[in-house]
Amino acid sequence: MIRFSNASKRYAGGQEALSNVSFSVDAGELVFLTGRSGAGKSTLFKLIPAIERATSGSVIVNGQNVSAIKPAAVPYLRRNLGVVFQDRKLLYDRSVFDNVLLPLAFSGFAPKEAARRARAALDKVGMLSREKLNPIQLSGGEQQRVAIARAVANRPAVLLADEPTANLDADSAAAVMEIFIAFQQVGVTVLVATHDLALVQHAGRRVLRLEAGRLVEGGDPE
Amino acid sequence: MKAWLSHHAQAFKGALRKLAGQPVSSLLNVLVMGIALALPAGGHVLLANLQGIALRFSLEPQISVFLAATAETSTRDALDKSLRADARVSSVRFIPKSEALAELRKTPGIAEVVAALNQNPLPDTFVLKLRPSRPGEMDGLASELRKRPGVAAVQADTGWARRLAALIDIGQLTTAMVGALLSAGLIAVTFNTIRLQVLTQREEIEVARLLGATDSFIRRPFYYVGALQGVAGGGVALAILAGSLHLLNQGVRPLSETYGAHFELGFLAPGDAAAVAVLAGLLGWLGAYLSVSIYLRGIEPK
Repeated sequence: MIRFSNASKRYAGGQEALSNVSFSVDAGELVFLTGRSGAGKSTLFKLIPAIERATSGSVIVNGQNVSAIKPAAVPYLRRNLGVVFQDRKLLYDRSVFDNVLLPLAFSGFAPKEAARRARAALDKVGMLSREKLNPIQLSGGEQQRVAIARAVANRPAVLLADEPTANLDADSAAAVMEIFIAFQQVGVTVLVATHDLALVQHAGRRVLRLEAGRLVEGGDPE
Repeated sequence: MKAWLSHHAQAFKGALRKLAGQPVSSLLNVLVMGIALALPAGGHVLLANLQGIALRFSLEPQISVFLAATAETSTRDALDKSLRADARVSSVRFIPKSEALAELRKTPGIAEVVAALNQNPLPDTFVLKLRPSRPGEMDGLASELRKRPGVAAVQADTGWARRLAALIDIGQLTTAMVGALLSAGLIAVTFNTIRLQVLTQREEIEVARLLGATDSFIRRPFYYVGALQGVAGGGVALAILAGSLHLLNQGVRPLSETYGAHFELGFLAPGDAAAVAVLAGLLGWLGAYLSVSIYLRGIEPK
């Protein structure tokens, strides 16, 4: 489903954030990506929805080489990926429901169908009762769930989450992790970046470990 | 097709939300646009009315055709016949030279001079009244008549009509220039409004891009804001114009009655009024287009 082949990313300053990273994630797998902050987790994450482009090597998502994708095709790529951003990127000028509705608004769904899907997504993360609130009124864990609901509202085949449990207490973090496991169980490919090793060990899934831009665990044999 | 319509409906609603979200600045913008548009539109209306007056005054343009003393009766009759058949001519009056002389004798002081003449020096004359026409046509008819056999001279007083037409032309040119300048101002107003909106909605735009919104989806509501604001400005301009004409007519009516005429300043023709609104909408759209093209480029998700 996701395949990195010798992918490297060098920023304009000359600093190499990722070096020769090769790994693959099969359809329906749940994989953790770990490493200290600054190890390149976020950079690797940004390569998948083409927020950043690999400087060399290739990144294939669902059969499409996203490191060479045309700008006009990027929106359609992103609609097939559910992304939970590290800073959540919720909009605080509208309700929880309207936040989740946002990605459905430009995917061509009829308004009724879009509303139905948004509610279904909120229901899956246990936030349906909060749909009318503004995200600012919610706790960090609840906001994270709303962000997840928004990411899955389009029913993407791939779900990416960047540090979804950062700044959450242990109970909220465990609850959020349960949600990812539940999505994997219904066939969604899930990639979660986290530095919360206790959580990773508890889940008992495959782990990719980055160190200073290199994959030191879980990658393809060189 | 259905998706396309629903996207446009969404963008339209989004634009209304954006406008309603900042009611004061939206209203001020619409008002500024309305005033800016009312000036050239008003100029156009006044000129159109002036042209109407000019046409009314030149309802009775006259041409005098003087025949040569040597002209045969048959030539005269032929000319008479062809003049009466001419579509440009509404009436023909023939003044024989004897009648003209008799007329002259009635003028005090001239009678003695006339009596001293041993023959009538005056020519036979046709006085033509023309149908309402452009000044150029009158000149054309006059020079045509000069070439006819038996015609000695043709007098057509078209000078004042030409002067008025030239003045109206200058007025129209001025209106067009003012219109072009104010249109540029209108584009600038929309440009700035949309620039501010793009900057304040930076976060939303960034998130929408991250979630897979196409560029046109993001741009569309801003186009609608520009166009709606423009059309509303056009509507305000028409309202200002209608109100001003109503007030002006309260002065014009008694004035025209002193001339024994009934005259009122008329409003724009329905087609022209619609054109003002459509043009304003297009200008608003253009301002939004330019603004969005420049300022969206800077908003890329990181």
